[in-house]
Amino acid sequence: MSNLKRISGLASALLLVTGLTACGDKAQELAGQPKLDAAPYTGTGVKVFTESDWKAGDKNSWAQQLKTRAQYGQNDHSRSN
Amino acid sequence: MARMKFICDAERCIECNGCVTACKNEHEVPWGVNRRRVVTLNDGVPGERSISVACMHCSDAPCMAVCPVNCFYRTEEGVVLHDKDVCIGCGYCSYACPFGAPQFPSAGTFGVRGKMDKCTFCAGGPEANGSQAEFEKYGRNRLAEGKLPACAEMCSTKALLAGDGDVVADIFRNRVVQRGKGAEVWGWGTAYGSKTDAKGAKS
Repeated sequence: MSNLKRISGLASALLLVTGLTACGDKAQELAGQPKLDAAPYTGTGVKVFTESDWKAGDKNSWAQQLKTRAQYGQNDHSRSN
Repeated sequence: MARMKFICDAERCIECNGCVTACKNEHEVPWGVNRRRVVTLNDGVPGERSISVACMHCSDAPCMAVCPVNCFYRTEEGVVLHDKDVCIGCGYCSYACPFGAPQFPSAGTFGVRGKMDKCTFCAGGPEANGSQAEFEKYGRNRLAEGKLPACAEMCSTKALLAGDGDVVADIFRNRVVQRGKGAEVWGWGTAYGSKTDAKGAKS
């Protein structure tokens, strides 16, 4: 009877230890998360290199600037016809 | 705004490597690193075709999927960028990329560990926009200056288009519809001559 008690005691202790091992596991999330990047429409703050036809911080004017630039600089059909 | 995309028009590319030069100059890319290159198929054979290739900023980028340290991120404009402070230079992205875009410099600004370097769509990296740190690690941030990638803007024949996917697709579609194909293309006869049949009539 005492042997049975001892065995069951040991088994429950083993279960407890095994159960607690999971609690002691270190987090496995990736350590190096990329930094957040500032949106391009916020500008660089370097006026000399920045095109003047849009306003830094205004997303719509930035998007429009790129569209206009693409049409003017790359759509040669619209420029020649 | 749609996603930022590159398109290269193989009918127009003349393999001048102007895009490669523009990229290297704009970002001061070190020796041995080519963020962009021109690939020619059937080189020297009539009908050869060239295309300019760099990172295509995939919508479902395989490099992002395989990176063990999760150094890649995608901007709101669909540009795939990476953080060199997180990159360990393992090269998995190089195996995963179907375009051979990831480059591994072994010296210079990027250090001897060879952290991955690639086309940024001229959008810099996670450092402050326009900062010296951003320039040294990733090159110029032309998007934040209201400009488009230097390679496309410098392309002499406008074969390489870059910008908002909807806009460049419209430009390309309009071009293809107007120019026709084969002998219908302007300058075809001058370049390749006209076929003459047995009676001497030109076709």
